Amino acid sequence: MLKDITIGQYFPGNSPVHRMDPRVKLVLTMAFIVMLFMSSSFYGLLVGIVYTFMAFAASRIPFKMMFKSLKPIIPIIIFTAILNILFVRTGDVLWQLGFIRITQQGIHTAVFMVVRIVCLIVGTSLLTYTSSPIELTDAIERLLSPLKKLKVPVHELAMMMTIALRFIPTLIEETDKIMSAQKARGADMETGSIIKRARALIPILIPLFVSSFRRAEELALAMECRCYHGGEGRTRMKQMKTSAVDYVSIVITAAFIGAVVVINILV
Amino acid sequence: MAVIKTENLSYVYGEGTPFRKVAVDNVNIEIDEGELVGVIGHTGSGKSTLIQHLNGLLKPSSGKIFIDGEELWLDKSRLRPIRFKVGLVFQYPEYQLFEETCYKDIAFGPKNMGLSDAEIDRRVKETARLVGLSADILDKSPFELSGGQKRRVAIAGVMAMEPKVLILDEPTSGLDPKGREQILGLIREYHQEKKNTVMLVSHSMEDVAKNCSKILVMNSAKVFCYDTPVNVFHRSRELEQMGLSVPQITRVFNRLKAMGYDFGEDVYTVDFGRKLLLQVLSGEKKLKE
Repeated sequence: MLKDITIGQYFPGNSPVHRMDPRVKLVLTMAFIVMLFMSSSFYGLLVGIVYTFMAFAASRIPFKMMFKSLKPIIPIIIFTAILNILFVRTGDVLWQLGFIRITQQGIHTAVFMVVRIVCLIVGTSLLTYTSSPIELTDAIERLLSPLKKLKVPVHELAMMMTIALRFIPTLIEETDKIMSAQKARGADMETGSIIKRARALIPILIPLFVSSFRRAEELALAMECRCYHGGEGRTRMKQMKTSAVDYVSIVITAAFIGAVVVINILV
Repeated sequence: MAVIKTENLSYVYGEGTPFRKVAVDNVNIEIDEGELVGVIGHTGSGKSTLIQHLNGLLKPSSGKIFIDGEELWLDKSRLRPIRFKVGLVFQYPEYQLFEETCYKDIAFGPKNMGLSDAEIDRRVKETARLVGLSADILDKSPFELSGGQKRRVAIAGVMAMEPKVLILDEPTSGLDPKGREQILGLIREYHQEKKNTVMLVSHSMEDVAKNCSKILVMNSAKVFCYDTPVNVFHRSRELEQMGLSVPQITRVFNRLKAMGYDFGEDVYTVDFGRKLLLQVLSGEKKLKE
């Protein structure tokens, strides 16, 4: 059950997208988000859709993973669509019942927002599909490093993120194990009132907390044993380098953003 | 009658994904009441997956499981009562302790069974005695105890449910030799006193050979054999080909046999080996020609 979570799942590979510098990938993803929200017409959005598909094809990630990344946000998509249909009250009225009024403009906005959200999720999940969490946090650390001058503990924050990401699968596995163990002792987590079910979580949460603290202590000790003392003077095994792939993708992205701007002006 | 029976039991992890893996492949076993069964096999041979099926924590991809004659998964509401019949002690069970006192933790299982307070009290005290926990430990927090004591509390928590079948997944892992001997000793005592069925998953051939009446050998998701220790260790060549060790003493006697000293019997415990050796040395018994 818990194993089905795919957010942030990394698919190792050797596609052009995988080989890109994670810093560039991160910046381009942000540019992609800006592009999606800039486009004010369907043609502009179409450019965004094409860009998403192109990036996905270039990454050689199976297309069905696209739907898998969308699964957890289906409720949000539906909610957004309904809100837009019900609350946009301008434009030609298509159907009316009491105070509920569905207008053409409403449906237009709903479709627009849904497409936008879908592209947003699919495009950004591509970032986590093609870069390992370590690459991402390294990239964030590098991109934020100017803030060090303002005494922001950038390295420490990045390290915290790395550790947190690293331990998510471990904790999921641990939770599964503890749940099985308590179920074997007759713990009943599926029936009863909400209060009863919340109480039934205690036998799972306490062991989980205890083991998390134990893990934290062990990890801190292990890091200290290997002379970790913050980011100062630390060198990296994997240097981040920008290469031809990065320049090509920057140019392509710039062209797409340009197209959206032009479409916005013309339409 | 067989207390545990499986029919063509198979389990597949991650069906329909690239990570698909057959963990248990067409397993047919029948375990009689009162046996002390040792389960051995490599890491990843499907031992843990198999035992999790036996109390309904995992649902088989195909095949059937019968506990005490009743089929599992036929009626979902019967799952919990059946689960109380098969007590499962996981690996590193001390990580599941959560109550304020050891007493309350051991009482968690019996309480879930809906027993009366008097009955719960009787069971907690009895199992505490069985696993060698003194009365003052029962009032302590489980987090204050030593590793070995914690493990005994956790095992007692399952034993207190008085299941017909007790399954322990590597109960001695991570303990020192003395702690191991203590845990194995209490399992032996429990088995002798209750005459219940016990399944013991282990890596150590020595432990299994010394304690068990039957041995179930798993190899790459399949049952390699289920037989008495004598018959299992008789196939020591095959076991070694699978990368499983046979007890050291068996290896010593196999080597002696290869050198021309055939004692005529399979040896798998040190005690029996010593007896045999003394008999031959004192002339009571002759070497096989």
